[in-house]
Amino acid sequence: MTSENHVETTVVDGVHHHQYDIVIIGAGGAGMRAAIEAGPGAKTAVISKLYPTRSHTGAAQGGMAAALANVEEDSWEWHTFDTIKGGDYLVDQDAAEILAKEAIDAVIDLENMGLPFNRTPDGKIDQRRFGGHTRDHGKAPVRRACYAADRTGHMILQTLFQNCVKLGIEFYNEYYALDLVMTEVDAGDGTTRQKPSGVVAYELATGELHVFQAKAVIFATGGFGKIYKTTSNAHTLTGDGVGIVWRKGLPLEDMEFFQFHPTGLAGLGILLTEGARGEGAILRNASGERFMERYAPTIKDLAPRDIVARCMVQEVAEGRGAGPDKDYVLLDCTHLGAEVLETKLPDITEFARTYLGVDPVYEPVPVMPTAHYAMGGIPTNVKAEVLSDNTTVVPGLYAAGECACVSVHGSNRLGTNSLLDINVFGKRAGRNAVEYVNSGVDFTPLPDDPAGDVRRLLEVLRDSNGTERIAAIRKELQDEMDKGAQVFRTSESLDHVAEVIAGLRDRYRNIAVQDKGKRFNTDLLEAVELGFLLDLAEVVVASARNREESRGGHMRDDFPNRDDEKFMQHTMAYLSGDAHSSVASDHIRLDWKPVTITRYQPMERKY
Amino acid sequence: MTTATLETTSTDAATKSFTVTFLIRRFDPEVDAEPRWQDFDVEMYATDRVLDALHKIKWEQDGSLTFRRSCAHGICGSDAMRINGRNRLACKTLIKDLDITKPIYVEAIKGLPLEKDLVVDMEPFFASYREVQPFLQASSAPVAGKERVQSVAERARFDDTTKCILCAACTSSCPVFWTDGQYFGPAAIVNAHRFIFDSRDEEAKVRLDILNDKEGVWRCRTTFNCTDACPRGIEVTKAIAEVKQAILRGTP
Repeated sequence: MTSENHVETTVVDGVHHHQYDIVIIGAGGAGMRAAIEAGPGAKTAVISKLYPTRSHTGAAQGGMAAALANVEEDSWEWHTFDTIKGGDYLVDQDAAEILAKEAIDAVIDLENMGLPFNRTPDGKIDQRRFGGHTRDHGKAPVRRACYAADRTGHMILQTLFQNCVKLGIEFYNEYYALDLVMTEVDAGDGTTRQKPSGVVAYELATGELHVFQAKAVIFATGGFGKIYKTTSNAHTLTGDGVGIVWRKGLPLEDMEFFQFHPTGLAGLGILLTEGARGEGAILRNASGERFMERYAPTIKDLAPRDIVARCMVQEVAEGRGAGPDKDYVLLDCTHLGAEVLETKLPDITEFARTYLGVDPVYEPVPVMPTAHYAMGGIPTNVKAEVLSDNTTVVPGLYAAGECACVSVHGSNRLGTNSLLDINVFGKRAGRNAVEYVNSGVDFTPLPDDPAGDVRRLLEVLRDSNGTERIAAIRKELQDEMDKGAQVFRTSESLDHVAEVIAGLRDRYRNIAVQDKGKRFNTDLLEAVELGFLLDLAEVVVASARNREESRGGHMRDDFPNRDDEKFMQHTMAYLSGDAHSSVASDHIRLDWKPVTITRYQPMERKY
Repeated sequence: MTTATLETTSTDAATKSFTVTFLIRRFDPEVDAEPRWQDFDVEMYATDRVLDALHKIKWEQDGSLTFRRSCAHGICGSDAMRINGRNRLACKTLIKDLDITKPIYVEAIKGLPLEKDLVVDMEPFFASYREVQPFLQASSAPVAGKERVQSVAERARFDDTTKCILCAACTSSCPVFWTDGQYFGPAAIVNAHRFIFDSRDEEAKVRLDILNDKEGVWRCRTTFNCTDACPRGIEVTKAIAEVKQAILRGTP
């Protein structure tokens, strides 16, 4: 299913061949922002496993940070500092400066493209408070988040899609990218190196394979929250893009840092925006106490997400949870009044009513942390170029958005910085890819049978007479990740999860795909997705086991303090050795990468 | 704080499960000449969604059952389907809101080519969307580095139609669309409305001309199916009426 009549392509041995200067994988915010930049300058295609407007950018709610200073004094330097402190100093500070500085243009770009932001009485873009965003280096919360009710992500996704339609961007919808094709080329110094030459995708509607030869490839495939059970992430967020890059032997950075958003609907994980607290909502324990006052006396409920999530789990662990099983806390919006809820927070008000039967106008809403966002991912530099080690750029390969690690989020992302990230670095990826493909580079020749690996992968899965159910393995993975690698971790809990994953990887080899058909075979795709989930969960756990300190989103009960002397560095995980072994240590090599520090020396993190 | 009520309801809901029968209209294009109905019994809780039932069938009984879904909370628009004869999102339809003494009928939305089970070809739907020029068109340049000014009232004028998630529940509930696939359909008109009434846009007239076509707004028979079907609560029929009025006036 494609949105345009694509140019006729050649078919070789049943595989369709296409050629584009730039191929973008993923049609969420980062992918479409890149496409808007790339489309006018080079022949561009966007491959997406979903229709673009189904992408999970649309689920983002609260806002997009930019120091516009429309409602009160603000500066991009303050935003930079908040981002660095919010990330517990594991942020690369040059990247954070770019993020905060270019935020202003990124918001204005979107408005000029048509995004219907909420407005101030004098007609400018309105701004609201959000966790960790402060005036003058932590003095008080600041109104920095530009928003459209609690549908900011929806509006960004729609606006970017609308502009892609306007520009005639070519989409390949429901094409599932399964491999990055690399070709061995002469490095010019007597050695050879791997260079991206294209992408292999599976067309869901027909079951046929497509090879997209490209001069540049941009990964914008989003996150992998489905390694966890309780998550705000969509079913489709299985980390395929990150997994593809991993299987190519390229490193993954800071995978142990996963963000748990404090306010997921209890038991369901459906997101309730931090914008609710930005508008004044309060977290309470069973006795009605505003417990964040004890933990973060200055900014209380607007402390960064890692801190609030930990405090919530601690309240419950110490017996102060609400509900019959004392297993959640309460988000109290009742004092905000019906009008604020209906006009500024309409969607989350409806979610609480629909899914829990709780009306936030009159009752506090049961909430608990929900797996939300991967701070780690495919390492890139500030040009969105993918790195093959701490410094070496892979020419023609780019990544942006949640699948990438620049790293602007360090060990904990601030709310509203992800909608910003996709716009700033999506744009950079698109622009730099255009510059690259127009700099005189030619297509890299494809290797023989470029779709061979994918064809074999699918044949093995489809033809298997296994007995293991996909859903059973996935459920056990998700349950165990929630138990052992969630908000609090210990070496013991992580070792246990690692053991479970090893067992699941064995069982995965005996998997049963019941649907043997070619058309819309979502059963087969779920099997493929599970393979990526197992790969990534293993990297998350190995990286978490290796970091014997607590920082940002990574809280080790057995090492409760931050240890700058040993761990003020990024984790770099490499696939090496026996890729097919079930035992992680047989094929994961862990290394470190220095953090870029420009203006802000690490300090104790207090709010 | 009224936690007491909440505790009682959630405890009840959590403890009582029951068997629900689903009748699902299946179609495998590689095997079936015609669609067929197949029944499945599923163990459900009152607070489960129809999407949970579909997942339980796919994951525990029949892996070949095919449907689209992604976010699972009514935001992405993937899982519009006909549930007991009414267009809804499977992820926003709770078991407790259905009569489970009878089987629950689930089938693909109507009026778009059936591909497999609950999956239809969405391309004609998106083609109509693209035809109404669903993007801001303003030739006057904003002050460099600044937003266009828009008053709170101007922004509110088109708020309702910005909520559309392009799920096609409205268009595929429209009897006119069922009989005439050339009709733009409610969703395309909603997305035209969103720009026609945006004070920043300068090409309302072009869109009004497009929708004044014989396959445009005049095909609407005001049955309100679209408004009933919209999972986002958009007053679709009203939006169509406003576009009709704007065409008659010649201006938004």
